[in-house]
Amino acid sequence: MKNITLPLTEEAIENLRAGEGVLLSGTILTGRDCAHKRICEFLDDGKPLPFALRGETIYYAGPCPAPAGKACGSCGPTTSARMDSFTPRLLGLGLKGMIGKGERSAEVVDSIVKNNAVYFAAIGGAGALYGNAVKKSELIAFPDLLSEAVYRFTFENFPCVVAIDCHGGNIYQK
Amino acid sequence: MRTISSEEIERAVYRLAREACLHLIPSCRAALERAERSEEGEGARFALSALLKNADIAAEEQMAICQDTGYAVVLAEIGQEVHIEGKLLADAVDDGVRKAYKDFCFRKSICDPITRANTADNTPAALHTEIVAGDKIALTFLPKGFGSENMSRIYMLTPAKGIDGIVDAIVETVALAGSKPCPPVYAGVGIGGTFDTCALLAKKALTREVGSHHPRKDVAAIEEAALQRINDLGIGPQGFGGKTSAIGVSCEIAPTHIAGLPVAINIQCHCVRCAKTVI
Repeated sequence: MKNITLPLTEEAIENLRAGEGVLLSGTILTGRDCAHKRICEFLDDGKPLPFALRGETIYYAGPCPAPAGKACGSCGPTTSARMDSFTPRLLGLGLKGMIGKGERSAEVVDSIVKNNAVYFAAIGGAGALYGNAVKKSELIAFPDLLSEAVYRFTFENFPCVVAIDCHGGNIYQK
Repeated sequence: MRTISSEEIERAVYRLAREACLHLIPSCRAALERAERSEEGEGARFALSALLKNADIAAEEQMAICQDTGYAVVLAEIGQEVHIEGKLLADAVDDGVRKAYKDFCFRKSICDPITRANTADNTPAALHTEIVAGDKIALTFLPKGFGSENMSRIYMLTPAKGIDGIVDAIVETVALAGSKPCPPVYAGVGIGGTFDTCALLAKKALTREVGSHHPRKDVAAIEEAALQRINDLGIGPQGFGGKTSAIGVSCEIAPTHIAGLPVAINIQCHCVRCAKTVI
């Protein structure tokens, strides 16, 4: 498996190919249904976001609370397709990576190619394994959303698969 | 008449929630192990070995096996000779859920459908009660994840559609879900009843052991035919392609109306979690 450091560089993204196994280390932001809706409401209202999206990777996840002695509780990916309607807008703002599970819409695939971005598939259901790959967790925004709030995670060797690459390669296309 | 205290029910729900969210049921684990041995693709093998490793970590470190610790579905079969003393049954169940989700660091996933405001304690539970013979209470706890729940469907078929129509509905539901519900899935199917009871039958079907067969031969044949066609779809573990798109199809039936053939398909992800007890 290939070691990838986050945040992603343009060069690293260009070298990724759909189907490749990777180990991600570095920082990401979490965000799922409610956080995406909130981000777009901020944008609609012309309000500045409480965090920058440029160059970031978003992990579609809502973690379990951290047990004593751990940075994070169980924390696997959620279904990415629910974020599809928001994703092209976020990619347009400089979002570079997404981690989730399952296929994406044609619009999202086109937008990934257009914006030189990448979509990683984590293994849905492997919550305990992924929770252990989170070494640090910090609440960044929207605390009222509880598990759906935006956290900054520091990953160490987070295993996943390149699902859709910036050249249009797509593991879900049969 | 036998008296059972609401505290006893609350303690049982608390224990069942913990057991269900920390462990795969053994028949599910065995099915995933068989799938890992039979798959040849790199992606499918990677996914299945990660899931088996995840189950080990969850059990060893007492972490939720999946972060979606679900909607707390509680099935209560209450003997009609039982008298429950103390709180309302629904309150006792909710109190057990509330305490378990707090104490064991399970995610609180229940919210208002319109405002999306989280109830912050994973209540209310989805409690289904049934009055049965005897003086005991049988409790089943099924933490239901929603990535898979979202992919569930109900069909109101015409009687003319028959067995082929039932199998087509099951296969179509799994095909439309594709990679989204965390395949390989477990399909719980309700056949017959009314619009509402059919959906509940599908949920109850998910409490059966993976790999078990319905005692009626014609129903077991539907389970087998649907499973085979689903596994020919090629979706594979996590949608990475492969032979295992489902680990099982479990059907439950009930009499229906002469004008109808309801079929409900409740999709469960590969993480089949369920705990049972009798008080």
